[in-house]
Amino acid sequence: MNAKNKKYDAIVIGGGHNGLTAAAYLAKAGKQVLVLERRHLLGGAAVTEELYPGFKYTVYSYVVSLLPPQIIRELELPKHGLHIMPLEGSFTPMEDGNYFANYPDEDDTLDEVRRHSRRDAAIYPVFSNMMYDLAQAVKPILSMVPPDPANPGLSGLKTLSAFGSHFKSLGKEKFYWLTKVMTMSAYDFLSEWFETDVLIATIAQVGIIGTFLGPKSPGTAYVLLHYYLGELDGATSSWGIQKGGTGGVSEAIASAARSYGAEIRCNAPVEQVIVKNGQAVGVVLENGDEIYAKTIISGCDPKVTFRKFVEEKDLPSDLVEAIDNFKFRGSSGKVNLALDALPDFPAMQDKALIRAMQEICPSVDYLEKAYDDAKYGSFSKRPLLGCVIPSAVDPTMAPPGKHVMSIFVQYASYDMPAHGNRDQQRDAFGKAVIDTLEEFSPNIRDLILHKQVITPWDIEKVVGITEGNISHGELMIDQLFFMRPAPGYSKYRTPIRNYYQCGSGTHPGGGIMGTPGRLAAAEILKDGN
Amino acid sequence: MRLSPFNPRTSELCEPYNWSLWQNWLLADMYAPDHIQEYYAIRSACGVFDMSPIPKYHIHGPDAVRYLDRIVTQDVSRCAVGQVLYTAWCDDEGKIMDDGILFRLGEESFRLTTGDPWLFWLEDNTANLNVVIEDVTDLGTLALQGPFSRDLLKTLSKADLDNLRYFHMIEAELAGIPVEISRTGYTGDLGYEIWVQPHQAVPLWDAIFEAGQDYSLVPFGDYALEMARIEAGLLLIDADFYSSKRVVHDFEKSSPLELGIGWAVKMNKDYFIGQKALKAELARGLAWETVGLEIDLNSLEAVYAEFGMPLYLPYEAWMEAVPVYSDGQQIGKATSGTWSPVLKKYIAIARLRPQFTSPGTRVNMEVTIDAQRKQTQATVVKMPFFNPSRKTSLGKV
Repeated sequence: MNAKNKKYDAIVIGGGHNGLTAAAYLAKAGKQVLVLERRHLLGGAAVTEELYPGFKYTVYSYVVSLLPPQIIRELELPKHGLHIMPLEGSFTPMEDGNYFANYPDEDDTLDEVRRHSRRDAAIYPVFSNMMYDLAQAVKPILSMVPPDPANPGLSGLKTLSAFGSHFKSLGKEKFYWLTKVMTMSAYDFLSEWFETDVLIATIAQVGIIGTFLGPKSPGTAYVLLHYYLGELDGATSSWGIQKGGTGGVSEAIASAARSYGAEIRCNAPVEQVIVKNGQAVGVVLENGDEIYAKTIISGCDPKVTFRKFVEEKDLPSDLVEAIDNFKFRGSSGKVNLALDALPDFPAMQDKALIRAMQEICPSVDYLEKAYDDAKYGSFSKRPLLGCVIPSAVDPTMAPPGKHVMSIFVQYASYDMPAHGNRDQQRDAFGKAVIDTLEEFSPNIRDLILHKQVITPWDIEKVVGITEGNISHGELMIDQLFFMRPAPGYSKYRTPIRNYYQCGSGTHPGGGIMGTPGRLAAAEILKDGN
Repeated sequence: MRLSPFNPRTSELCEPYNWSLWQNWLLADMYAPDHIQEYYAIRSACGVFDMSPIPKYHIHGPDAVRYLDRIVTQDVSRCAVGQVLYTAWCDDEGKIMDDGILFRLGEESFRLTTGDPWLFWLEDNTANLNVVIEDVTDLGTLALQGPFSRDLLKTLSKADLDNLRYFHMIEAELAGIPVEISRTGYTGDLGYEIWVQPHQAVPLWDAIFEAGQDYSLVPFGDYALEMARIEAGLLLIDADFYSSKRVVHDFEKSSPLELGIGWAVKMNKDYFIGQKALKAELARGLAWETVGLEIDLNSLEAVYAEFGMPLYLPYEAWMEAVPVYSDGQQIGKATSGTWSPVLKKYIAIARLRPQFTSPGTRVNMEVTIDAQRKQTQATVVKMPFFNPSRKTSLGKV
């Protein structure tokens, strides 16, 4: 049969890691699945590209932590090339030449905290235990379809009552802390525990990743917890890098999907979802080809899913309004560097920390000032930088002795072009990053062989994510759980029959996680599709 | 306590002062405060393990082949010069005394590495053959293991490493230092063992580590090695078996057939020590067989959930006898186990009654939590657990 006329059970729009995950689970359940990817390569924002000969860039993303063990196990991802190496903790150089380091070994970290404050060292293990408990308390919610308290239904009631007893079992003290973590700013939350500014800054910066908020903005403590849920082989809050870059994670999921029989097509941009009598029946590609399937699943962000692929007349007005109000506000960019040698950080006493994440967030005020710049539509003059050097542990990333540095940068306001043309703004943004990094690593500029600068609008243009938000929409409390992407439309279904959503804009949200794809596939199968 | 010829370097690098003793030689358990990075170097980049303490014997003379064929289970007469064999040796009852690696250095010249020292026994069994046995344990030996080990060595040597086959060896120069390089190792990965005269050990180390900067080379200790060797399904003396000469009770002894290394027992060659007993054992049927176990993580997770705990995984390999059950009856024991970070599986080496050893058989392994004995489900699998093609493939031409 001509592939054009072939009838599929399901079409997944978008070959990002969540679309691929959904496709793998559906194919594993015996469905005929077709994945349509707009670009020439799979992975969405989780791709690896060799943009300078011999040097591989993890272009838009950088580290892996949230991918849950169930998905790794159920899709047998190690067999398909998943190979995640842990980072050696983190290193935060300070403006006075001092530093703060976080080690994989807890006692080493405690020694390091003690160097800054004996008080903080004494309370640090208590804090770690509390965060661990809170993460364990929230974790079950992340691996299930969030019940809508306003309209729970029978199974939702059961879940809600299970939650009730679950939270009751936490005990009073932890429940109060959980409430605080859901509502407070990362800075206020951490200041109740610690006095060391650089320690607070190092932890708090995790709370602003992917948001258009500062460390003192309410709601950021939850984002902090979101990333605490990450784990590597059961070690919570640890970060790793995939061999060959994060594209390797997408490739592993794609390989698993193919092994179950899924068909994956690149260079196949979808223009529209075909809706007949309130029911999705197929898609139209940009080249005019029509492909039909019983189920259509969008792995794209909520804006693209609801405002591009389908027509307004097919949607209820409350959903249209909610999606139009959904906050994307891409706030981060990337700078990828090909380096002639390892950079030198004069503050780095323990050279093994070159295999850690180098965090440029020397103080809380530094982070808040970086946010000040962004609030008014600019990029940060001295931004938060999260640097990793994957080639320091994975020689496949660069030629022998050479290195790649992957720099996550915040803030880069999506509104930047209002202040000038995009190319000029991008250059200025890239310059700010290197100028800032140079303050802490003086030889970095001399080592640069090639530089790639990515702004939120580059992410939007190339990857297709609205306003370039890496999480498909901010991870804020009003956009999470049963509110993600919109109240009443959080269960992966849409008002259009047989049209589903499975991207990071659905529960539980962003990061290289795959859970939205896994949960969406389960709901689709539950509906008998 | 004895010190390896590489000790001037290893002692500087062993940051956590975490040492143990191997035949009373000082051996680093790990060089960094966390051995997982060292493990990942073996599987992603490359690492160096100082294996100098391993007992080594130079066996040479006109009767060397006849002598060795008399004592080891492998067929030494079929081992070419430059070839390397994994072998075991047994007592008269066919019980394993030890296993080791036999290198054919020349027509009449061999090197044997062993787990325990065996000079007395090697000498006692010469049976008037014209052979000389020398203890050459002082020779320095480094295991360079990992996917980038060949690329690294090629920067230091003109030797044809691309065509050096698995379990073969060559003489070469590394950075001008005369060495022997064998394509062998205890990690189940691409890797080499490098043999050097002790006085040139430190310069060799320095040359390898200088070149290694370009390949993310790190030194690794025993903890990382144990994880890798279990993934590779390789046995360890005093863990997966005991030497029949060093235990008192019969139940502590085992035969190479029971240990799953029957492929290294050439039953049809001329007489070797233990041959008669092993033939009889084969005829009678094995009492035990050695297999791999994959622990069912969902089942283990449920066991921990009974205690309100999240799943706990062993990041350090364990080596102790752990009961294995089927339908409530004990059917054997697991002897080594570890979490495998590359496979994302919890694996163990186990010795079970033969009726339970076909792949796919479901068994239960004991787990102790808070001194309470629980059981987790596990599945019998074939070993090795991890066996990348690069372990045996030739280099790029």
